[in-house]
Amino acid sequence: MNLSRKDMLGIVDLSREEIDFILDTAESFKEISTRKIKKVPTLRGKTVITLFFEASTRTRTSFEIAAKRLSADTINISASTSSAVKGETLVDTARNLESMNPDIIIIRHSAAGSAHILAGLLEQSIINAGDGAHEHPTQALLDMLTIREKKGTMEGLRIAIVGDIAHSRVARSNIYGLTKMGADVAICGPATMMPMDIDQMGVSVYYKMEDAIKDADVVMMLRMQLERQERNLFPSLREYANHFSLNRDNINMAKDDVLVMHPGPINRGVEITPEIADGPYSVILEQVTNGVAVRMALLYLLSGGRK
Amino acid sequence: MKLLLKSGRVIDPSQDIDMVMDILIEDGKISRMEKDIPISETTPEDNLQIFDLKDTIVTPGLIDMHTHLREPGFEYKETVQTGSEAAVAGGFTSIACMANTDPVNDNRSVTEFIHMQARLTAMANVYPIAAVSKGQDGKVLAEFGDLKDAGAVAFSDDGNPVTDSGLMRHALEYACSFDMPMISHCEDTGLSSGGLMNEGFISTQLGLPGIPGIAEDVMVIRDIKLAGFTKTSVHIAHVSTAGSVQAVREARSAGINVTAETAPHYFTLTDATLRGFSTNFKMYPPLRGSGDVEAIKEGLQDGTIDAIASDHAPHSSVEKDVEFEYAANGIVGLETSLPLSLKLVHDGILTINQLIEKMSVNPANILKIPKGSLKTGSDADITVIDMNKMWTVDTDKFRSKGRNCPFNGWKLKGKAVMTIVGGDVKYADSEI
Amino acid sequence: MKKKKVVMDAGEIERSLTRIAYEILERNKGTDNLIIIGIRKGGILLAERLREKISTIEGTEIMSGTLDITLYRDDVLTTGKRPKLEKTYIPFPLDHKKVVLADDVLFTGRTIRAAMDALMDFGRPELIQLAVLIDRGHRELPIRADFIGETLPSSLWENVSVNLTDNRNTDEVVIEES
Repeated sequence: MNLSRKDMLGIVDLSREEIDFILDTAESFKEISTRKIKKVPTLRGKTVITLFFEASTRTRTSFEIAAKRLSADTINISASTSSAVKGETLVDTARNLESMNPDIIIIRHSAAGSAHILAGLLEQSIINAGDGAHEHPTQALLDMLTIREKKGTMEGLRIAIVGDIAHSRVARSNIYGLTKMGADVAICGPATMMPMDIDQMGVSVYYKMEDAIKDADVVMMLRMQLERQERNLFPSLREYANHFSLNRDNINMAKDDVLVMHPGPINRGVEITPEIADGPYSVILEQVTNGVAVRMALLYLLSGGRK
Repeated sequence: MKLLLKSGRVIDPSQDIDMVMDILIEDGKISRMEKDIPISETTPEDNLQIFDLKDTIVTPGLIDMHTHLREPGFEYKETVQTGSEAAVAGGFTSIACMANTDPVNDNRSVTEFIHMQARLTAMANVYPIAAVSKGQDGKVLAEFGDLKDAGAVAFSDDGNPVTDSGLMRHALEYACSFDMPMISHCEDTGLSSGGLMNEGFISTQLGLPGIPGIAEDVMVIRDIKLAGFTKTSVHIAHVSTAGSVQAVREARSAGINVTAETAPHYFTLTDATLRGFSTNFKMYPPLRGSGDVEAIKEGLQDGTIDAIASDHAPHSSVEKDVEFEYAANGIVGLETSLPLSLKLVHDGILTINQLIEKMSVNPANILKIPKGSLKTGSDADITVIDMNKMWTVDTDKFRSKGRNCPFNGWKLKGKAVMTIVGGDVKYADSEI
Repeated sequence: MKKKKVVMDAGEIERSLTRIAYEILERNKGTDNLIIIGIRKGGILLAERLREKISTIEGTEIMSGTLDITLYRDDVLTTGKRPKLEKTYIPFPLDHKKVVLADDVLFTGRTIRAAMDALMDFGRPELIQLAVLIDRGHRELPIRADFIGETLPSSLWENVSVNLTDNRNTDEVVIEES
């Protein structure tokens, strides 16, 4: 089969077959990162631009490594969207880039819908590396690859996602993906961070950790952004950690072979305790490895460009 | 200059008239309205224009009581002139413009400036609405008496709510003492803060912070209570939720003096249109869910909602062609308001008579302006409507400077084909 | 009805493979540092048969691997399609090894060019030899095979397929109009 798409903007549009296809392709790419010469000539001469309006070392580095291992040339642009500095508009930035003839543009932005603006405007393939609280498709794909690798399938697995669901693009993309792949998804977080009607996305909603992670095959902890405290969404980190962190005591509610996942970076002691983050159930580092493979797969699959 | 309008179906709710008649206009006033005015009866002078309006509807000039003309201060978005051109193209002979200009219309010199611009450049009658509070800051009352003398027709901080209930109470009392309408933009900013679209399943799917319907409902209820308590009246602007409609309905039956308006987009679009993140669907109040849209239609049908007003809010590309969260709120509406509202008639929700009431008679009454009627001797403000004309919305052809319109490309049925203001034809479709 | 002709049957294939196995051993003077690597889909079963025969003849196991050359193809981005990636399995460095590449049909030579580029990323082999069951001509690059089962003249509008299965009795090489 083919991935006949120009862009990767979100999991919401992908079919189950497309997700399988991307994950299969990613698996084949994993092997390249184990070779002595970690390079194939596939994207030689192609230009991949990462346009990051939000700071992120890990995602950007992951994309850069993926592109370089495919022999592409990479350019990293860090743009600032500080409202104090009203610089060039997104549309102007995009048009300027277009004039330099890149092949693929990867964008991360704090405003939802930004990747859609580029995709509608430019002929190049656009990969959404995270737009506001909307979607982060490559994260969900690498999460699904990790689960599939360890458990064989996602069908019928009980998967718990815990944290600030309302503001989490990782949660949204994973909910779209995991429900499509037949998993039984449970989400959990403080009521102030649970979006309206989210059960209509096919998930069960919990406000107590113990209920959500009971008999879970996978527990995915989301990063708590410390700024949320200021908006009266929860009173203190201490209270949050007491009720919503994954620790030595509540991990026992999940299955014995549970996978503990986290998109990173981890707030040790807030949403996850150090012993769990570093412990035997954690596949957090495998997620990172799979991230490079998934991104290589997408760069390869989308590099046909316009259809 | 005399005009003879022949054979149109004249609908004038103020006189309970609905029949095919001729209208003779002399010196900017309606001088005769009868079946079949024979031409020989009028002296055959060179300056008599005759229009055959068969198969059209002839109504008192339509009034849009909620527009933003952006002058002074934001002339790059719209001016009194271009706004009025858009108005007559949309069939409106009178428009009321809100005070959130720069400087804010909170003192007589700005009101007088707007009047002067209107006199010099406008194609339609322009009625300035002045601010409730100085700077629209919601802290200190503006000079209502002075503003009335300068020609303001109502007070509103629209753009902002009047958050301080104590101030709102006093504003209602004070405005009433000058016999001036108060128009309220209902928004509890604590609940709406940070929100970019209606809070609901769509906002959950899109990861956009939501503005719950109750942010509007709680302020509508507050203003109703205040109006009841102070025994004054209040007009609720841009109603968008089922909760607001219900509150107004109940207040009406309890005898409280409250009127309400809605805009065409609230009975035409739902929040599902936000899925493409297009900023042409971003405004305040936001587009709501289908339940609210149904409630708005019911409110129009049973008379709870008295008026349809476009909330015409032009913006330039600078404000709209940006990331969704940075885009300004608002869409233009003068040139699509009537056609979208005619759909209510085509769909059997309103009769054409009821629609004319909501777009002419009632706005005139609420703003207390001497318009909205074709009685002999009235100003010859007349709108001619072809209810069945098919046309396609093309924003490139808009007279407004604003292109921020969600209906571009829509095929609509019915529009104004001629607009007469003070006896002058200010707009006519080529076929007339 | 497309014209189809069987040019090698199971018995003929078996004999060719046996001869090729002996030739490989003779040329390389035994199995020291010898590796057989099958290319992509067509060469994998072939490589497996050769490996088995060589092990039987010499009485020792020899190393083998599989190579997917999709990412090294010179047309990988020019066609709109993305061919499905297979796995590459070469779990040892190729420095100082004698690599015998195995593929079913040698045609334009582009697959072999891509295979050699891929092998270079795994180390520096002492030498690379090429074993094919069928050489059908029409080279577009200066590539030649060291060990050939049968040379089969063909025209460009014909298709040559080598159909090997686990049930060896149904092995056949077929040429048909495409």
